[in-house]
Amino acid sequence: IASLVMYLFAEFDDAANLLAANPDATTISIDEPAEIPKNQHSRRQEPGREEDDELLGTDDSDKTELLAGQKKSAPFWTFEYYQTFFDVDTYQVLDRIKGSVFPVPGKNFVRLYIRSNPDLYGPFWICATLVFTIAVSGNLSNFFIHLGKPTYHYVPEFRKVSIAATTIYAYAWLVPLALWGFLMWRNSKVMNIVSYSFLEIVCVYGYSLFIYIPTAILWIIPQKVVRWVLVVFSLCLSGSVLVMTFWPAVRDDNRRIALATVGTIVLLHALLAVGCLAYFFDAPELDFPAPVIPAHNVSTVVTKSR
Amino acid sequence: FAGLADVSIAEDIPVEGEITIPVGSHSPDEDYSTLDEPVRDTIVRDLKAVGKKFVHVMYPKKSSALLRDWDLWGPLVLCVSLALMLQGGSADSKEDGGPQFAEVFVIIWFGAVVITLNSKLLGGTISFFQSLCVLGYCVLPLTVAMLVCRLVLLAGSGTVSFIIRLIVVVAMFGWSTLASTAFLADSQPPNRKALVVYPIFLFYFVISWMILTFTPQ
Repeated sequence: IASLVMYLFAEFDDAANLLAANPDATTISIDEPAEIPKNQHSRRQEPGREEDDELLGTDDSDKTELLAGQKKSAPFWTFEYYQTFFDVDTYQVLDRIKGSVFPVPGKNFVRLYIRSNPDLYGPFWICATLVFTIAVSGNLSNFFIHLGKPTYHYVPEFRKVSIAATTIYAYAWLVPLALWGFLMWRNSKVMNIVSYSFLEIVCVYGYSLFIYIPTAILWIIPQKVVRWVLVVFSLCLSGSVLVMTFWPAVRDDNRRIALATVGTIVLLHALLAVGCLAYFFDAPELDFPAPVIPAHNVSTVVTKSR
Repeated sequence: FAGLADVSIAEDIPVEGEITIPVGSHSPDEDYSTLDEPVRDTIVRDLKAVGKKFVHVMYPKKSSALLRDWDLWGPLVLCVSLALMLQGGSADSKEDGGPQFAEVFVIIWFGAVVITLNSKLLGGTISFFQSLCVLGYCVLPLTVAMLVCRLVLLAGSGTVSFIIRLIVVVAMFGWSTLASTAFLADSQPPNRKALVVYPIFLFYFVISWMILTFTPQ
């Protein structure tokens, strides 16, 4: 038996020697089946990278398609195909919302919560809730600001609902589309470790908008300082979720392009918050001469005077 | 089945039985279709069905009458009357007025369709039109609230009337949501009930908001 063991050790030594000589050889490791495609790309095995890879998950770049997922096997014209996008339970949705509100530094939202199962329930209904929350809160806030004035006549401002809906749904669906297209294009030039499917990007954006719902409710408070503190706070939280998600996807790229991409993501997010605050919520301290001026003109006066 | 291969009936044993198919007696009103009946009978029958469903909504018990014989007359009547009552709000000519007739109509029907699709995509077993029927009929308490609000606003539009309207609308909103949840929740998988109930809550909240913020000119 001892000689058998010695023989086996010799075999392992040979294998190790072979691997040292040819580090790019395809190896098969039994515990991580996903390792196989990873070894086929030439990569520098830096010790720091391995820890990130463990957080970031497997390399999907050879499997990216518009809507990724091995389990979506039904053809796209059947109802079952779309049911696979709603395959979440209540606790999963709540977990994902919690993950977007309390970002853990170093943990990737997609890897942790979504990689197994992107869904469309969260993005769609969070956007719907946000639309109505902003419209209702804006209306309430304007009502309280103008309450004492004798010439003020309350209007429900229902038009703003459709404007809010267009803005928020366009942001939550077109920006991920553009970002996905951009990442795909960069992926063809530079081999990235991590790439996301379109659905996962939509998911991240949808869930990251959740923090704006309580923010919009708190924007009713008619204090400028409070509102801007809220903007910064919610921007930090949801911006950090987005940054931690997308930084690994562009990190391998040209430094400037990576920084520009992440910067654009944060800038657009900030623009959404500030734009909603400016358009739907009148400024608290200005004195209006007459309520005949429609609210839209008033808020442009407000933005100009800032 | 090898053992059965050689089963045979001996030829000297007679086999007997009956092969007539029993037919139920014709009930008299199956003999003529409803095409021949007087129009008043048709209308009265449909009205009775709608009225029965209204009663079911106001006292939501776990009966399946609402689900089994769905119809969309009730929702149509409720939607049109609600949309009509929400007219005459402040300043139709200005941009920032209340919802127009078409907006209310679209919100109610499009909202109901989206909620139905949502519950079906999450794995619900209810059919499309049954769900539309339930959601439409459960707008009844809110229509009653709108009626009450308009009457209260005739009396005056101060703080007291606002508080009365607020209480009435909140109560009816709760009633609508509970009634529709009572009918729809059973058809959902148990670990997704909250995911289905929340959009219904949002839907009736938006309608309640439109009712509460109605200000006459």
